[in-house]
Amino acid sequence: MATNLPAVDAVLAGFGWTGAILGQQLCDAGLNVVALERGAWRDTPTDFATTFAQDELRYMWRHHLFQNLAYDTLTIRNRTDQEALPMRHLGSFLLGTGVGGAGVHWNAQIWRFLESDLKAYTHNLQRYGKAAVSAYDMTIQDYPLSWDEIEPHYEAFDKLCGTSGRAGNLKGVIQDGGNPFEGPRSAEYPNPPMAMPYGPTLFAKAAREKGYQPFPHPTGNVSRPYTNPLGAQLGQCTYCGFCEKFGCGNYSKATAQTTILPYLMMKTNFTLRTESEVLKVETTADGKRATGVTYVNSAGEEFFQPAQIVILSAYVLQNVRLMLLSKIGKPYDPHSGEGVVGKNYAYQTMGSVNVFFEDKIMNPFIGAGALATVVDEFNGDNFDHTGLGFIGGGYIAQLHTGGRPIEMIYTPQGIPKWGTEWKRAAARNYLRAVNISCHGSVMAHRGNYLDLDPTYRDSFGRPMLRMTFDFSDNELKMSRYLVDKAADIALAMEGVSAVKKNYRTGSWSVVPYQTTHNTGGTMMGDNPTQSVVNKYLQSWDVDNLFVMGSGAFPQNAGYNPTGTVAALAYHSADAIKNQYLKSPGPLVRA
Amino acid sequence: MSDSEITRRQLLVGGALVGAACVTGAAALHDGALGAPPRTIKGAVPWREGTADVPPMVQGTAYRFFTAGEQAFIEPAIDRLIPPDETGPSASQANVHVFLDHQLAGAFGRGDHFYLGGPWPKGTPEQGYQSRLSPAQLYRTAIPAVEAYVRDQHAGKTFKELGAAEQDVVLRALESGEAKLSGADGKSFFDMFLQNVLEGYFSDPIYGGNKDMAAWKMIGFPGAHYDYREWVSRHGERVPYLTVGIKGRPGWSQG
Ligand SMILES: Cc1cc2nc3c(=O)[nH]c(=O)nc-3n(C[C@H](O)[C@H](O)[C@H](O)COP(=O)(O)OP(=O)(O)OC[C@H]3O[C@@H](n4cnc5c(N)ncnc54)[C@H](O)[C@@H]3O)c2cc1C
Repeated sequence: MATNLPAVDAVLAGFGWTGAILGQQLCDAGLNVVALERGAWRDTPTDFATTFAQDELRYMWRHHLFQNLAYDTLTIRNRTDQEALPMRHLGSFLLGTGVGGAGVHWNAQIWRFLESDLKAYTHNLQRYGKAAVSAYDMTIQDYPLSWDEIEPHYEAFDKLCGTSGRAGNLKGVIQDGGNPFEGPRSAEYPNPPMAMPYGPTLFAKAAREKGYQPFPHPTGNVSRPYTNPLGAQLGQCTYCGFCEKFGCGNYSKATAQTTILPYLMMKTNFTLRTESEVLKVETTADGKRATGVTYVNSAGEEFFQPAQIVILSAYVLQNVRLMLLSKIGKPYDPHSGEGVVGKNYAYQTMGSVNVFFEDKIMNPFIGAGALATVVDEFNGDNFDHTGLGFIGGGYIAQLHTGGRPIEMIYTPQGIPKWGTEWKRAAARNYLRAVNISCHGSVMAHRGNYLDLDPTYRDSFGRPMLRMTFDFSDNELKMSRYLVDKAADIALAMEGVSAVKKNYRTGSWSVVPYQTTHNTGGTMMGDNPTQSVVNKYLQSWDVDNLFVMGSGAFPQNAGYNPTGTVAALAYHSADAIKNQYLKSPGPLVRA
Repeated sequence: MSDSEITRRQLLVGGALVGAACVTGAAALHDGALGAPPRTIKGAVPWREGTADVPPMVQGTAYRFFTAGEQAFIEPAIDRLIPPDETGPSASQANVHVFLDHQLAGAFGRGDHFYLGGPWPKGTPEQGYQSRLSPAQLYRTAIPAVEAYVRDQHAGKTFKELGAAEQDVVLRALESGEAKLSGADGKSFFDMFLQNVLEGYFSDPIYGGNKDMAAWKMIGFPGAHYDYREWVSRHGERVPYLTVGIKGRPGWSQG
């Protein structure tokens, strides 16, 4: 039997990036907020201090900060005619748990989508015609908000994180040295770009020679000491190379811990309960209002936390699952095409090119999560797709994220994975190779979706989430195109001796790491028949329920998601504070 | 009751519950820190002195997991994956067998971070690891199955008795999935084995392998440093830092 707790104004299910943003926003508006986080409290000196944070085995390979699948996982398959089986070991994506969520071990590559990404359907329809947007069983849609609506919230996140970079478009005026394709920014980045190591420098030079306009990767690894609008202080990044997949010991990577918690945790109208897992959103008998959430803590005690407003901030996969388990919204059926919850699941299509140098020392271990130079000529619709047979694209970057030797030793084409030949190639190339990433979009397709698994259950006896996903030819062609473009640049890099192209081929596999950029399933849109939430991330069915995260994406762009995830969270918080609290009810009329 | 009292009370109550929570399966726990009590945190950043989550360090090199029969496979096999030569140490010279042994005797071997619930159909390669066995059980089952396969193919010899080239043929047959073992999936085993060997060779020496950081020195990785600001813009220069691990360098301490 669940114990009833005193009611609060708002409850947050999950306390990672979006939970922290909403917590701060709603507490500042005077609301009494409770956050429930299934994992543990985490702070820098306790959990990833500089004296022991540089531990590749423990964090990356033994998942010390990641979700422990022994207690909860999901099932996976490529197609509806296959049997989904549990993801038994983390691989393709590295889900977070604990305060700060996946944001603790993210890279802090902070992007904004293109204006044309927000209008993926109408933009591509107008430029390439009906066939282009319906090929490969595509089910893409527009984001229901404009650049002007979202830009101030992108800006808020940049200021929070102290994003370091160089603007390419300031209020419509193209700037030298930045990304000329980006939408107009209202302000320059809060901090200048990071210093660049050798690889990104040579990459940028080669790209310029090819006629492209390379620029420094926008990053939340701050380039100089920074105090954000909440008074939180970040220290200058020291390029230690233990950033992506690791916690930052140096207070240099923008995370909930470094940017929000020092402020939010001191607020007396904020309460955090850790080791507390939300099981379900409870609703009134007519299913039209959320009354609160049921959760269980690590002592096995069950509680009902009543709340006026319920926020799902449990990462896209758990958000979708909680919607399905709570029976809110109509589940998607890929056969009929009806229903919306779980629809348009998408991901990221990653390809790469390894670049080898005969006698240049590249020092790969000098790294940071978003230390790179980038070309954006082949992202989104920055290039003419006529005759290419695909839509979408991605950025091409020489990312110097680190040289952790278990994960990141590149060997030339044809070298076996073990034995003397491998050993000599590893010793020879470790210091002399870099990697170029091709970070591509995934469009939405009819057969890619999330629902509840009919067979496998978690430790509470609830159905696991089931993921059905594969790359379509649209994605594979796009990725091939990017890899070829990247190899062209690689071959123009000074001193290059060999390149190895790593095309994305075949079906999606759960084994190798790709990205933790899962999207869709609680899609945002203009109307309830085609989406789960409106542009304020408010559920169409239950108006006091707001669903954060990349689940809102109708399809995924060629950029990392969190800039947009955070911007949508701020946009939602703004609407809750300035509209919903004044007159609770649907913020958009269906 | 003030907020900080709530916090303290919760901690005490929670502390008393640790044992009980473990017994009941602690269903809601998702962390490495198994058995952690629920906490309520309000009005403070709840940092506590002396609680830094420092990693465990392997002590000693004596076997605690592998049986004598398993050792007879592991020691030669790891040196086929990373053989001795003038470039750097072989796997056994780097104590990779010690690493494997400790890993399999501990949380990794138990599969603490694996989901091992059933049912267990075979699955597609894209669905990844689909065994019901924990890593320790997989090694325990697969090694005798490999030895049986070797006996079968090589007139009763053991893996250790084969020449290096013959051993490589066996390992390649496991890697490609051609070797059909009875009672174990050779490819799943090989994939995990190779990964674990690389882990032992290149991980921090606190885990028992990478003896004297020789594998890091071989490739030129300076180890557990935390500040390269001075070197970012010095393109093409060798960073002259001494190699260090989390525990420092051999010679800095007795342990
Ligand atoms: C290795 C890695 C690198 C990445 N790099 C980048 C990058 O460079 N740029 C980028 O844009 N994005 C990156 N990401 C993605 C980024 O981390 C996520 O987009 C972001 O953290 C999502 O925020 P969120 O609030 O939706 O989820 P999270 O930050 O993961 O927070 C969700 C929280 O909810 C908790 N939770 C889940 N279910 C429940 C429940 N039922 N009850 C209670 N609590 C629950 C979880 O434990 C977690 O703490 C990366 C991710 C990873 C893993």
